[in-house]
Amino acid sequence: MDFEFFTMNPIALFFASIFTSNILMSNFLGMCSFISVSKDYKSSFGLGLAVTVVMTITAAVSWVVLYYVLVPLGLEYLSFIVFIIVIAAVVQILEMVIDRASPALYLSLGIFLPLITVNCAILGAILFMQIRQYGFIESVVFAAGSGLGWWLAIMLLAAIRGRVENNPVPAGLKGAGITMITIGFMAMGFIGFSGMIAVQ
Amino acid sequence: MNPYLLGPLVVSGITAFLALLIALTDRVVNDYGTVVIDINKGKKRFEVKGGAPLLGTLASQKIFVPSACGGRGSCGACKCRVTSEVGPVLPTELPYLSKEELADGTRLACQIKLKKDIAIEVPEELFSVKRFEAAVSSIRDLTYDIKEVTYALEDPNEIEFIPGQYVQIVVPPYGDLDEEVQRAYSMSSKPGDRNKVELLIRLVPGGIATTWVHKHLKQGQKARLVGPFGEFRVHDTPATMLCVAGGSGMAPFWSMLRHMEAENAHPDKDVWYFFGARGLKDMFYLDELRALEKRMPRFHFVPALSEPAPEDNWTGETGLVTDVLDRFIKERIPKEKGFEGYLCGSPGMINACIAVMTKNGVAEKDIFFDKFA
Repeated sequence: MDFEFFTMNPIALFFASIFTSNILMSNFLGMCSFISVSKDYKSSFGLGLAVTVVMTITAAVSWVVLYYVLVPLGLEYLSFIVFIIVIAAVVQILEMVIDRASPALYLSLGIFLPLITVNCAILGAILFMQIRQYGFIESVVFAAGSGLGWWLAIMLLAAIRGRVENNPVPAGLKGAGITMITIGFMAMGFIGFSGMIAVQ
Repeated sequence: MNPYLLGPLVVSGITAFLALLIALTDRVVNDYGTVVIDINKGKKRFEVKGGAPLLGTLASQKIFVPSACGGRGSCGACKCRVTSEVGPVLPTELPYLSKEELADGTRLACQIKLKKDIAIEVPEELFSVKRFEAAVSSIRDLTYDIKEVTYALEDPNEIEFIPGQYVQIVVPPYGDLDEEVQRAYSMSSKPGDRNKVELLIRLVPGGIATTWVHKHLKQGQKARLVGPFGEFRVHDTPATMLCVAGGSGMAPFWSMLRHMEAENAHPDKDVWYFFGARGLKDMFYLDELRALEKRMPRFHFVPALSEPAPEDNWTGETGLVTDVLDRFIKERIPKEKGFEGYLCGSPGMINACIAVMTKNGVAEKDIFFDKFA
């Protein structure tokens, strides 16, 4: 097999995926739930946690499926559809297990799980993992970092939106308008990190 | 191997494997065994299969908690008190529960998953709630937008209820509606007619159930009703009843009045019934009620038109029903026995009537109403 289990310093990759290549702020993935859920601080926390958990687990499972099933059979061109199926199944299983194991966790995280099945950040992270040919450890580290980065971004936006709410906003910019502008400023802030490490 | 075959095979293989995994997890994780539901401190006990929502499980045991949305957590009707520990209130329930309800353990039955033994409290009346298979025996136009729909009950074929109570009609999926929903309507038939249920249904533009009844329901069609529900009823006191209704708010009073006549129920009570409409074209049961007034000396009917058309040749009361009510309380109705208010109609009308009644000395606790939601 022509893939490596371990190719790049995982600590660098971890921080790079959180800050310099934040999946939300540099790739703009997972925007729909980012904008709609960031209205509320508590929900943002739950969704961010859920994205992180699901991203890490699905990346690991997808890596195994990709390199032990699809690549040996020469079926990489099917990776897209297989990844989507994997995400959906993992989310389903996770939801059931969490519901049984910890009702408290289910309450803060479980209700967001169905939302995540269609979160493009998850699929995006997995496709990056495939395109950049990460090894297993790297994939997990990258996915966990991307999830944490997404979590960080939504918490920041929720905090900013909480502040904006109490300030006068021109009528035409209320709601989505001012949020998009806010996100634009945040993205520019994250660009400031981008010279430090590159993972692209 | 043929790549055209291999691709689909692998994708279906992976899908099948994951589906199997989900099914297995479901088997293992969602197996809650049998749980015991204790209702009203041991009045009823059921042993049921766990894992499903409380609302549906109760329905399978023939306890019908009212619900309009069919268990999606979007109507907030299926409230019941849970006295055992079932975990924290879900965010999906919060919008429907008041502070007091949160404090006394009220929850939405459709949002509680049965994971262990549970003790709940529901109104005793729910035990007599049944699901009726029925057929529409007639549909009659009372006005341009109100229909009188009569259901002949088939299974069970008799209903027992108190005048003023309501049933839920089950609306099957039609048009854009992809799930069954239920909507509540007061019964206008009298309890003596055990084999039928009459409802007055006004067409509300865009209303799911009203559109279905007005545009799709046909005579002879099979239908399903769940009931009876509700606390709205004549109270057993000698106080004079001040009834006010508008539009299809006629229904509970039409039931109460005919019941009072047929059974001579509440013989000490005088009844004043104010019915408000805009013009004569919104008025119905006028002759029937005037005839009833002649037969029943203690009943007084006061129809009022707020905007009578010239061709109506209206000689009765004119003006808003609240103004007519105010005038009658002040000038015409004997006050010795005291008053009780009975209201049925739109929230706006009810609030205005409550204001008029309290201003005239009727205690708020003696005003009962059935608000259209």
